Parts: sequence; C-alpha cells; structure tokens
Amino acid sequence: MGEVIVITSGKGGVGKTTTTANLGTGLAKLGKKVVLIDTDIGLRNLDVVMGLENRIVYNLVDVIEGNCKRNQALIKDKKYETLFLLPAAQTKDKTSVTPEQMKKLTDELKEEFDYIILDCPAGIEQGFKNAIAGADRALVVTTPEVSAVRDADRIIGLLEANEIKKPQLIVNRLRPDMIKRGDMMSAEDVVDILAVELIGQVPDDENIVVATNNGEPLVGDNSLAGQAYMNICRRVTGENVPFLDLEAKKGIFSWFKKK
Amino acid sequence: MKITDIFKKKSSSDVAKDRLKLVLVSDRASCSPELMQRIRSDIIEVLSKYAEIDMDGIDINFTQMDTEDNATGTVPALYANIPIKNMNHNVK
Repeated sequence: MGEVIVITSGKGGVGKTTTTANLGTGLAKLGKKVVLIDTDIGLRNLDVVMGLENRIVYNLVDVIEGNCKRNQALIKDKKYETLFLLPAAQTKDKTSVTPEQMKKLTDELKEEFDYIILDCPAGIEQGFKNAIAGADRALVVTTPEVSAVRDADRIIGLLEANEIKKPQLIVNRLRPDMIKRGDMMSAEDVVDILAVELIGQVPDDENIVVATNNGEPLVGDNSLAGQAYMNICRRVTGENVPFLDLEAKKGIFSWFKKK
Repeated sequence: MKITDIFKKKSSSDVAKDRLKLVLVSDRASCSPELMQRIRSDIIEVLSKYAEIDMDGIDINFTQMDTEDNATGTVPALYANIPIKNMNHNVK
C-alpha cells in the first residue's frame, strides 16, 4: 500500500514544483515506484521541470472525466523506469476536479505505487482542497521570509483542520552567508516559529536554475541542493539522516572548484 | 564587524522573527487589525471613566500563553499594559 504525499506552501514561488520533481526523482533513484501528479490545473509546470512537456497526450482532467484510461495518461520518466508523471490540464480550471474525485484517484494509485506525490497549487482555494483530499502526509515548503512563513503557518493550520496531522517542513533557498551576518532567518528560527518538524533544509543554489533550464532534476548529484534533496528523500522513506552543514560543505566545494 | 556594531540596532533576521511572531498571533486568533482597534478603544473608553490614562504608553495586544494543563500547547491571550496618570476619584 503506497503513501500519498502532498507538497504545499500557501505562497507561490517558494519551490513546490522543484521540490516535487526532485523528491519524485530521488525516490525513484532509491528504487521506489513513484507517480507525480500536477494538480495545478490551468497553470501546469511540473512537466517542464521534469523535461517531459513534449510527451503529454492526456492529462489529469482526461483521467477524471474518463476520456482515457488512467495508465494512458501516465508519462514515463526519461531516465527512471519506475517514475511517472500525471500532468495537469492546461485549458481547464480548478473546478474541473472535485476533492472526492481526487481522493478516489489517489486511492486507486496507492494499490500500484509506493509513493504518490501531489504538486499543490499556491493558495487555499479549490486547487488546494483537491490536492489535500487524498493525502496521508504533507510536506510544507517555505523560504526564510516573513511572507512565506506566514502563509506556511496558515497552511499548517488548514492541513491540521483537515486531519492531515503533523505536516513536515522544508525550508528552501537558505543562504548561509546571510544567516551568518544576521540578515536571514535560519531553518531553526523558522521551525521555532511554526512549531513543526523539519524534514529538509535546501540551500539557495544556482545549480537548481541550470537543472530547471535543462528539465533534469538535480537530486543526488554533487551540488549542495542535490544532496539536500536526496537527504529529504531518505527521510521520507523513514531513514534517519543528519542535516547537511550548508556552510562547511560550501567551503569544501568552492575549494575544489578553484583547483 | 566592528565593536560599535554590537550596540547597533537588532539584526534584520531578529526584526523578521519579532514581526512574524506578532502577525501569527493575530492570524491564529483570527483577529483582524480593525477588531483589535475596536477592542483597544473600548478598553480605553471604559478605563477613562475611572482614571486618566497615559495614551502614549498604552500597549494592548494578543500574545501566546501556555495552557494550564499544558496539553494543548499555547492559546491566545490578551496582553494589556496601560499606564495611569491619575486616578479619577470623583466617579459618580
């Protein structure tokens, strides 16, 4: 029986889609059978981050409406045999799907996959309600900014009100240099304020931009962000992995680069 | 960093933390700034019947407080610091 995980944040632009892509790819790398669902109907993006935009024939709304068989809409990843994407529809809107239909779909997929990962749209309206309907577990992505943390707090409240207990937090785009000089909240600061469990801290890394340009998630490579995402994947599977020392690692890598 | 920097104002991350804590308290208590303003003016109005209040020193806000049994974590609490200049003894 698989697990349904929703990646959510409240605020837009904090890295939900990038996190979803890297989490899915990393879990497939660990040998798990994974399906990613883009629930951002009308504003789909997970397909381009995964580099699968040219292979879309059917989408989530087609599956829900019965225009195709479920497996016809699942796109196999370029690299990993056990990784699939169910893209969002681009020409419909969030009301094309109901929370009940989403729950039914994820319940079916649970029979076949180890992990069903849902990329949630920004906001707290219909799209959010659809995305969380069938979720067993939630990962909340935030950045160390007042606006993003505030929205994360609201989302955590809504998740708990919807019986998704103990959401876990990913603090994205951390800059150790700024934290050190007191101009950015650290992951610990954010965790103190939100009072939830931390499952990942991801540094602000240029390699993410390059990876997104190429449509290839960087999880598991030598970059700091790649390692941070791989660690999150391990923690998702229940492994106890210590947090990266973002500062120390950076030092070593810049030393290698200079050589 | 210079030694004089120690005496300088708080770092921006501390400012961010303080602002966040305050805004989250009112978010969690679902209390809008307008409602807060009404509570504040009502409290002042009532107290003014009995005492002369130092308007500049008033500090009324929501804060978080541990519950007595400590089981449910924290609950919102109203915090009020209202300096009094003079007691008004000729109340009818």
